[in-house]
Amino acid sequence: MELSNFGSLGLAKQHHTDLSATMSMTQSQLRTNEAELIKSVCGGQREAFYELLRPYERMIYATAISVVKNPADAEEVAQEAVLKAFSNLSGFRAESKFSTWLVQITYNEARMKLRKARPHLYESIDDQQEDDKGDFWPKDYADWRPIPSELLEQKEIRQAVQDAINSLNSSYREVLLLRDVQHLSIKETSTVLGISEPSVKTRLHRARLLLRDRLAPGIDGSWIKGQPYRKARAW
Amino acid sequence: MVKREGGMATIEISCVEVWSEISNYLDEEISPEMRERMEAHFKACAHCTAVLDGTRNVVGLVGDGRVFQMPDGFSKRLYKKLQKLP
Repeated sequence: MELSNFGSLGLAKQHHTDLSATMSMTQSQLRTNEAELIKSVCGGQREAFYELLRPYERMIYATAISVVKNPADAEEVAQEAVLKAFSNLSGFRAESKFSTWLVQITYNEARMKLRKARPHLYESIDDQQEDDKGDFWPKDYADWRPIPSELLEQKEIRQAVQDAINSLNSSYREVLLLRDVQHLSIKETSTVLGISEPSVKTRLHRARLLLRDRLAPGIDGSWIKGQPYRKARAW
Repeated sequence: MVKREGGMATIEISCVEVWSEISNYLDEEISPEMRERMEAHFKACAHCTAVLDGTRNVVGLVGDGRVFQMPDGFSKRLYKKLQKLP
């Protein structure tokens, strides 16, 4: 069973997302509504495109920044992706979700930007063969206390989470982004990235555990095994 | 090793096996039998429970829409760009 698609986990995450308006609709209502808007745009009503796009602005930006890692570049990528989506809207086929289509375009734009800006780096990233085999041993911290989501209101906590995501190798980061940030299903993630579903699962697993390892001690540096906990957190 | 609880037999699994399935466990991508075995393990293993809770916490945090805040004026600039299209 796919947990994290817009229809299931999306509904559970209704708060704090730009999709809240669309979340109150069922999947089929959402699709019908989007299909009508797409028809209007293709019929010449440009304003309908704004309405179609608005729930996904943050998703587009998040996709872009997680690949290019820089706010200015991410904004440029987002703009290019949106212009491309507008120009190619008549080619959109309803077999995929509009949101997935948008993510795919943004992801391709972001990678293209990276390739242009840093061809050597891109090449080395692209050629990386991840060792998806073998056991992964999560670090044993002396203690673990959950980081309450309310703390994301604080800029430094948001930054810490972003930094932890950015510190992941690109192949892990991309899977994590599509699956856990954009809530694409495993199948959709596999389609966007052009990798198999088992590879998505393996990389996602690594990404999540690595992120835990990096975030657990990373926010205040107090979780060090063998040492007493230094209270540095506000909670 | 087989543990019996309330008449149900659960085959115990190692911490390493549990870690390798933590992500699939969170995504409900495992068989009911494996889920049962993992849950029996979590009851007895504080470390694996901490790994599970930590991973679940992290998944919740990154999935929270607040992590990636759009820069001020992002939408305005985006729509301005669109308006310039011929």
